[in-house]
Amino acid sequence: MSNAQLTVPFDEAMTRYEPIIGLEVHVELGTNSKMFCSCATAFGAPPNTQVCPVCLGLPGSMPVLNKVAVESTIRIGLALNCEIATWCRFARKNYFYPDMPKDYQVSQYDEPLCTNGWLDVTVATDDGPQVVRVEIERVHMEEDTGKLTHAGGATGRIHGADYSLVDYNRAGIPLIEIVTKTVIGTGPLAPAVARAYVAELRDVMRALGVSDVRMEEGSLRCDVNLSLNEPGAGWGTRSETKNVNSLRSVERAVHSEIERQAGVLDGGGRVIQETRHFHEDTGRSTSGRSKEQAEDYRYFPEPDLVPIAPTRSWVEELRAELPEVPSVKRARLQSTWGINEFELATLVNAGAVELVESSIAAGVDPAAARKWWTGELLRVANERGVELADLPVTATQIARVESLIADGSLNDKLARQVFEGVLAGEGDVDVVIAQRGLAVVSDDGALLAAIDEALAAQPDVVEKIKSGKIQAAGAIVGAVMKTTKGQADAAKVRALLLDRLGVSE
Amino acid sequence: MTVAAADLIRQPASVLAAAISAGEVSSVEVTKAHLARIAEVDERVHAFLQVTAEAALESAQVVDAKRKTGAKLGSLAGVPIAVKDVLTMRGVPTTCGSKILEGWCPPYDSTVVSRLRAADMVILGKTNMDEFAMGSSTEHSAYGPTHNPWDLARIPGGSGGGSAAALAAFETPLSIGTDTGGSIRQPAAVTGTVGVKPTYGGVSRYGLVALASSLDQAGPCARSVLDAALLHSVIAGHDPRDSTSINAPVPDVVAAANRGDVRGLRIGLVKELSGEGYQAGVLQRFNEAVELLQGLGAEVVEVSCPHFDYALGAYYLILPSEASSNLARFDGMRYGLRVGDDGSNSVEQVMSLSREAGFGAEVKRRIMLGTYALSSGYYDAYYGQAQKVRTLITRDFNAAFEKADVLISPTAPTTAFKIGEKVDDPLAMYLNDIATIPVNLAGNCAMSLPVGLSPADGLPVGLQIMAPPMADDRLYLVGAALESALTDSWGHLLIEEVPDL
Ligand SMILES: [Zn+2]
Repeated sequence: MSNAQLTVPFDEAMTRYEPIIGLEVHVELGTNSKMFCSCATAFGAPPNTQVCPVCLGLPGSMPVLNKVAVESTIRIGLALNCEIATWCRFARKNYFYPDMPKDYQVSQYDEPLCTNGWLDVTVATDDGPQVVRVEIERVHMEEDTGKLTHAGGATGRIHGADYSLVDYNRAGIPLIEIVTKTVIGTGPLAPAVARAYVAELRDVMRALGVSDVRMEEGSLRCDVNLSLNEPGAGWGTRSETKNVNSLRSVERAVHSEIERQAGVLDGGGRVIQETRHFHEDTGRSTSGRSKEQAEDYRYFPEPDLVPIAPTRSWVEELRAELPEVPSVKRARLQSTWGINEFELATLVNAGAVELVESSIAAGVDPAAARKWWTGELLRVANERGVELADLPVTATQIARVESLIADGSLNDKLARQVFEGVLAGEGDVDVVIAQRGLAVVSDDGALLAAIDEALAAQPDVVEKIKSGKIQAAGAIVGAVMKTTKGQADAAKVRALLLDRLGVSE
Repeated sequence: MTVAAADLIRQPASVLAAAISAGEVSSVEVTKAHLARIAEVDERVHAFLQVTAEAALESAQVVDAKRKTGAKLGSLAGVPIAVKDVLTMRGVPTTCGSKILEGWCPPYDSTVVSRLRAADMVILGKTNMDEFAMGSSTEHSAYGPTHNPWDLARIPGGSGGGSAAALAAFETPLSIGTDTGGSIRQPAAVTGTVGVKPTYGGVSRYGLVALASSLDQAGPCARSVLDAALLHSVIAGHDPRDSTSINAPVPDVVAAANRGDVRGLRIGLVKELSGEGYQAGVLQRFNEAVELLQGLGAEVVEVSCPHFDYALGAYYLILPSEASSNLARFDGMRYGLRVGDDGSNSVEQVMSLSREAGFGAEVKRRIMLGTYALSSGYYDAYYGQAQKVRTLITRDFNAAFEKADVLISPTAPTTAFKIGEKVDDPLAMYLNDIATIPVNLAGNCAMSLPVGLSPADGLPVGLQIMAPPMADDRLYLVGAALESALTDSWGHLLIEEVPDL
């Protein structure tokens, strides 16, 4: 299959087609117990240790709804400007698959808890930041399935595997699904809007404290629906790309699917309604299950649960207690930190707002906090292909490094090396400094010895300095920095050597 | 009377409990007597799928020891009981009468079983049933039919034929049944015993392997109204593990059973649950019972419930729909039967082969009906319409209960039929539940109790009493009064007339 040769470059595709996107985001709620039983939800526990008759779907077992999950869902709905249903039910989605203990999933079908909301997202354009309103169709609750691992076989899929293992620890973890209405009119911004939407959603979840939204642990998963509208020819057939598990991938998935569908259409072909699987490594997707024959899930109201009927007073109570939503918060930070929209957008896109905020809370100067998170640390995160928040570095560590810079024990170059050590897992800041021997050389005696050595080696330079060409001192400073492996304070070296030569600036 | 000297197996549970509590007889003696009876007759009756003799004797010993310490015992402490094999019991195979669950030992107790244990009752074992409670004769058990002690060539009703037959064969003084469309009441009717379907939500369904979640309800089976009331009060009450369980006090059924009084009560005869399709012998005994109730001071009124005519149709859409989903989990992946796992078949094929081999014909029939009824494009016409009928039936009941305090009808249109007679005619089989199904659809409560033997064939006839939701005590008030009057006229309970096995 040579999808590659059928694609049309993005910019060219944009001249002929209008992308229409729809995003379905699943968020695992961070409740202590599962949706319908009291099992723990901790990530990474040994397989099948957080299970009971209910989440294993054993015959006779019955679900009991976790009230905290309902509360979290209502709070999410409120934060997304949704209407909260006065009465709604769960439904059973019936299909056979070994990761589902009951061979049906308890979900919500035509009676979602939250409907008709919106979320404003900001994307950077050549004309500056632009706000796009993404309309939300529904937010509903469902239970997660177990996790399958396929051993043997070439495809990593259940077909062709020698055997498959199921871990039901994840089965029954509360999930919410947030479905957008179709997003139209974004043109070439579509990939950026998709990314910004998921990033914004993630920030909302964090602000609400309802989920730890770690994409790499699967606690936020995104499916991208996309079709191309050929002006005059109407909306095209949509594909659904699954497995989109990082912000960067959301952007790339939209981008590559536009290129692919444009290629199909340009070639006179027909876009097939299908599920596609996104591959992080190639940034492209491959064809999965065809949805031409829609699966019939035989939904019907779940008879083992009673309807959810949140009272208006409870909903209003929850609304009153909502934390500041990220967009409002950012406006506040922008003025507090004295930064412009572009600088803020950089922080938002990097996923650095909360990190900068917590660094400042830990005592770091606002400018320095922004510099570290959007500079060196962002570079490392990109290099490693992880989210900034997932770097193993803390606000306290940044505060410590900054205080060492302030008292002259570190300089910028050394500080970067300290972070390199911390990120490599060599230990905390002071441990890395000690083990790598990174402290600034402040012992005047050692410095003077190095200066004398450099002066003796370059008599011509000495003469120039003495004759008033003070800028020539740079050569001596350079030599001293080299001898001290950069561990000296350059300004101090300069002052000392001028003093040594009896020259004043 | 000293119970120790009497025939222990023929005693009512209330008498056994009093004797055990007074130290006149030990629970071990009572338990041994019943285990001996099971050993003697169950080969012919086949009421039990599992007899947990050792565990039963152990529990009996614990009760006896507890009594000796002077600890207060429950109202049925030390009394043996049998449990329909659709309720989970930790470590004891639970098959639901199906091959697909053969050998599965649940790791947990159903709430009903927990409450029996908490009440110091002695569980003798698990009783036979139609596969996954689908049937009215217990012929659909994958482990062979149960025989009616009144005539071993006849069916004991179903799906809880095992629980009813065990009572009529004096293998146990009490048993637990479950009732989705009549599976407690119809077996009670054809075996001359008493069975109660409590109000939906009155008894926890946690651990009851679901047939149709919105219809299933566990309840007491006994040989007398008082015994049923005692058991009812042990198993009923709110359970946080069952979201559909009612969080309200249990009606005082024991007091009602002790009082037994119909004076001034309005008893409604449901016009639609009589006449055509009901055997003459059944109607004769039923009409005599109505006269008796009048004689006891009840006011008998006729009521009409026009939508009951559609109950059977609605039931056979709702039940298969829910069942098709509830039974999906039996796929050979996690427990029970697995067929075709030889490396040559895909996971879907193994699921399919396991279900093909593990389910009987009636189960497959209903799974297919339900799958069809829920399919997109058919949902509104089938499941949706059936739910509307359900609402109309509930309204019929509400209207009827404005005119009457309880409603009555024959429990089943016929007495026990011959084994094999209807097994190949599903529609004829389904008609057995015509009078019992409306109560399941509406979620209220009902009792069946014996009102005599049909003059045509000498087999027991049952009368059904229906009461509004959470008015279960009315069943016992009326049932006890009628039972007492009938017993006075016969000189004994009807069950005493069951032939020697
Ligand atoms: Zn669990």
